[in-house]
Amino acid sequence: MQPTYSSSRILQPVRPWFVLISLATALVFNFFPTTAWPWMPDWVALLIIFWSIREPRHVGMGTGFILGLTMDVADSSLLGQHALAYVLASYAATSLSRRILWFPLGQQALHILPLLLMVQLVQFAVRVMPGADSPGLSYFVGPFFGALLWLPLTFALLLPQYQPVDRDANRPI
Amino acid sequence: MDHQPPPFFKRGPAPLARLSFYAALSLALIFIDSRFQTLELLRQGVSLFTHPIQKAAQAPVELLQNAGNYFSGINRFQDENARLKRAQLDGAETLLRTQQLEVENERLRKLLDIKGRQKTNGRVTQILYAARDPFSRRIIVDKGQQDKIVAGQPVVDDAGVVGQVTRVFPFVSEITLITDKDQAVPVQIVRNGLRSVVFGLGNGQLELRYMPANADVQNGDLLVTSGLDGIFLPGLPVAKVVHIERDTSYSFARIYCVPVAGVENFGDVMVLDPRETIPLPAQLTSEAAAGGAKPSAKSGAKKKRLKRE
Repeated sequence: MQPTYSSSRILQPVRPWFVLISLATALVFNFFPTTAWPWMPDWVALLIIFWSIREPRHVGMGTGFILGLTMDVADSSLLGQHALAYVLASYAATSLSRRILWFPLGQQALHILPLLLMVQLVQFAVRVMPGADSPGLSYFVGPFFGALLWLPLTFALLLPQYQPVDRDANRPI
Repeated sequence: MDHQPPPFFKRGPAPLARLSFYAALSLALIFIDSRFQTLELLRQGVSLFTHPIQKAAQAPVELLQNAGNYFSGINRFQDENARLKRAQLDGAETLLRTQQLEVENERLRKLLDIKGRQKTNGRVTQILYAARDPFSRRIIVDKGQQDKIVAGQPVVDDAGVVGQVTRVFPFVSEITLITDKDQAVPVQIVRNGLRSVVFGLGNGQLELRYMPANADVQNGDLLVTSGLDGIFLPGLPVAKVVHIERDTSYSFARIYCVPVAGVENFGDVMVLDPRETIPLPAQLTSEAAAGGAKPSAKSGAKKKRLKRE
């Protein structure tokens, strides 16, 4: 697999434990006491979308559901609220993965933004419709920073898969 | 004969099928959790895994705070110590008199044959962190089922009511603050004893609802718990009235209050023991039982009649 489909670099296959560790790290990042900073992106949503796009056969809706339940309990929110949002985001990311990977990173980030916004919007709808308190517009700032983070995140998470460039005149690709 | 070729790659069920399965499961969870409180066991199970990680994630912040305290120097602590000593001395006179008054009150109540005031104990707990859910106002404290905390216990700090325990986990418990939108506290105004219910607004303020537009409420009125709910002891300070809007086009006045307690502060709070329910006298209970049996028999007869018809 390449970093993007138009790239000529071939990546090494992903190591499953690296995916696991990155998802666990995202969970810990989400647990940091950052309630005072509403612009903090939802790291777990970002990572689920990332791996659903890169590795749809390793990470999918099941992972999203389990991580969503974990987030619900940790946030003490409605059980199933994050799960639903992550499952929908993972589905959308999986089905868009063939398309998104044709674009350069900046335009990929523009594809990620609506997915991240959807994660927030689904939770907003699930909570506010039955009458919970609305957290205000700052709740929707996080996705924009999440989309900005897409570029550094892609580099950081693909780093273990890069291999040194060795020029071999006889190799076909 | 019609042979299906074997699939080249095993991919499991189609994405749309998986999506509908997981979405249905999540929606079912949402519905059950919001309507019935039957998923607490699942929550407690998952919390055994998440709470240690959350605690670990809080550690760097605590470390920074501790470092800040360490470097802020002895000066501040000396100041604080002096201030607290002064406050204690200031309060000593009223406290001593209160003790005397309480004894006197009890004696008078005995003379008048009125039930004595309930006393309660509590346990001091430390606030660990605020729950991350932006749709509600809850905090997590460091005592749970291990310390025999049960859901429903009132929580106070040194100034007044903070909230109520709503969920209990093995080692921690969750407190819904009185400023949460779903939280209501029955109160009465100290000045004239007017009873009402105060609701959280979600923005840090409280609202005294269902008071007629001409109700005798003034800015600065102190609201204390009325104790009618059987959960909060009567007389605990809750809030102070800060703003009143009397609009003749509405039948109710809009009365805004701010909590007396440091609801949004961090520190220690006290979880009060559950209030004992006062049992009815034996004679009354037997009468109630006897009286209760008759109407039920009647209603049974009615049902039979309905069935016949």
